[in-house]
Amino acid sequence: MSTAPERKEFESSKKLRSVMGQYFAQLGQAAQQGQKVAWCTSVGPAELLRALGFLVYFPENHGAMLGATRMATELIPLANARGFSPDICSYLTSDIGSFIKGETPLKKLGLSGPPRPDVLVFNTNQCRDVQDWFQFYSRYFEVPCLGVFTPRAIGSLSESIIDDVARQLEELVEPLEKIAAMRLDPGRLSEVIELSRQCTVLWKAVLETAAQRPSPITFFDGTTQMGPAVVLRGEQAAVEYYQVLLDELRQRIADGVAAVAGERFRLYWEGMPIWGKLRPLAEQFIELKTCVVASTYCNSWVFEALDPADPFRSMARAYTSIFICRSDPEKEDYIAHMAQQFSIDGIIFHDAKTCPNNSNNRYGMPQRLRDRLGKPYLIINGDLNDLRLYSEEQTRTNIQAFVEQLAES
Amino acid sequence: MRYFCGIDIGASAAKLVIIDQQRQVVAKAVRRSGVDYTLAAQRCLEEALAASALAATQLAAAVSTGYGRDNVPWATERRTEIACHGRGAFHYFPHRMTVIDIGAQDSKVIHLDEQGRRTGFKMNRKCAAGTGAFLEEIALRLDLRLEQLNELAARSTKHIALNSFCTVFAATEILERIRAGEKVEDIVRAALHSVVKRVVEMDTLHGPLVLTGGVVAHNPVLAQLASEAFGTPALVPPDAQFVGALGAALFAAELDGRPTC
Repeated sequence: MSTAPERKEFESSKKLRSVMGQYFAQLGQAAQQGQKVAWCTSVGPAELLRALGFLVYFPENHGAMLGATRMATELIPLANARGFSPDICSYLTSDIGSFIKGETPLKKLGLSGPPRPDVLVFNTNQCRDVQDWFQFYSRYFEVPCLGVFTPRAIGSLSESIIDDVARQLEELVEPLEKIAAMRLDPGRLSEVIELSRQCTVLWKAVLETAAQRPSPITFFDGTTQMGPAVVLRGEQAAVEYYQVLLDELRQRIADGVAAVAGERFRLYWEGMPIWGKLRPLAEQFIELKTCVVASTYCNSWVFEALDPADPFRSMARAYTSIFICRSDPEKEDYIAHMAQQFSIDGIIFHDAKTCPNNSNNRYGMPQRLRDRLGKPYLIINGDLNDLRLYSEEQTRTNIQAFVEQLAES
Repeated sequence: MRYFCGIDIGASAAKLVIIDQQRQVVAKAVRRSGVDYTLAAQRCLEEALAASALAATQLAAAVSTGYGRDNVPWATERRTEIACHGRGAFHYFPHRMTVIDIGAQDSKVIHLDEQGRRTGFKMNRKCAAGTGAFLEEIALRLDLRLEQLNELAARSTKHIALNSFCTVFAATEILERIRAGEKVEDIVRAALHSVVKRVVEMDTLHGPLVLTGGVVAHNPVLAQLASEAFGTPALVPPDAQFVGALGAALFAAELDGRPTC
């Protein structure tokens, strides 16, 4: 049996750990420093919260940490026993399970647990589960829970939808100002949005380096590297980090360094990562000389519409144009475009049992895209966090068989 | 003469085939996979070599497949059972087709084009419904040996439907049928029909239907039920249980062989 191949580490990973460490350290000191904390969904109005002086904590990021550390599978049943179904979002159930048991990977970062919120702010652009998730904590901590309700399955993004979401964002200002005990400074909001926009431009450029053949980065690298784009957008630290990472990737391209040595095939990953299996999956693809070059997931934190000159409408446009809340035809067009841009040979659909909103294989899309693009697909059954829903051997065989098929064609 | 070996270590049985340069089967062996896949592969090899009076040094290459494909140290190369069942079936039926392999632990739908190239495939999801494991569970519930199932099902005169997706719940349904006084042969046929129903819903057919694997080899009634369910005759190659191992041997013959055994 062959030895498992090693993933190529990034030089900038040390800086990544430092940037993320400082972010969590600041959250850990919030109470001591008298700083207000807002919990926010990962595609919620983080810029508005930062402009009002909140430190922003993202429970979904914590959910991913619980998955990646494989703590989730032990914690999910605790939430199930409290009435949260095993069929709903396993970020939610693992996070609430973590809260019930008082166990969290944040302890390794020097925090006793998630910082106490002063307010919780969600956006249903991703799913409705975030609302129920945040309301659980709202009841427990007895703090306000505010929300933006974004339409789902949006086709073309009409001005009426933008008007509606922008108005909802504006209506957040007054209650948030009361909690923050400060007035919103429009200049500060524009500054934060500009930093967020710069973060997006750089993060997108990072992901686009994978269009090179061979690709200098994989989807599995991206799931780690996306941390600052999720939790630190609107902060200078994220902008500085992505400039460093982009420089390293450009150097890899110049030096002909491949993320997957001997890259034979290029795949697209549609759906959630399987957080607890990132390493074995990454290693299997390296062994098969196949690079997962692009994904919907990593690109979901690209917000090109952000415009400091038009804060609320541009936030509304940015957060409403994301893949997850679009119609199937829009999603298909997006994936078709990505397939062409990244020269992909096939698509992997991850059917995540507890995340229907991020599982796009259930209504015939793989077959439609196969017919449209002439590219084969593979569906993997699993979950983002609940490894009870994942069969390692079945998945390994499926992936190996898929690459065999690509080699035959 | 050079010879080529294919070894298919499945969840239940290990199957081995040796072919010659004309792609003719010269020996085969089967035994329980057990808990030591490496040993099962070795025993199969020894048995097949003894039966064919060949020496291991005459084997130019070997390809392993199945769940235990990584546990055959003398294999030149590994291939998935999906590739091997496709290749083995194409050896007997060289045209565009859909191969359905029903194994002990999983079912596979494999689409091949006119040249035998794979154009798509699907495996069952994580559940044992539609596999041999389901029939093992049902046989246990009915206090029958697996070898009795086909003969009983062939005697059935009444259609009974089992509706549950879940093996365990299907077994509960069977208890209800027993309580209702249904005949054992009708219940067994219903169980085989249930396997076919799970397979039908996995994918659509492209071209003729070919069935492979140990479950259909031991239960020819299954082919009849599949023909009815798909509305097209189900073709079953000779030695259907060995099709994966044969496919592996055919892949071995395509390798630039070097003595490895």
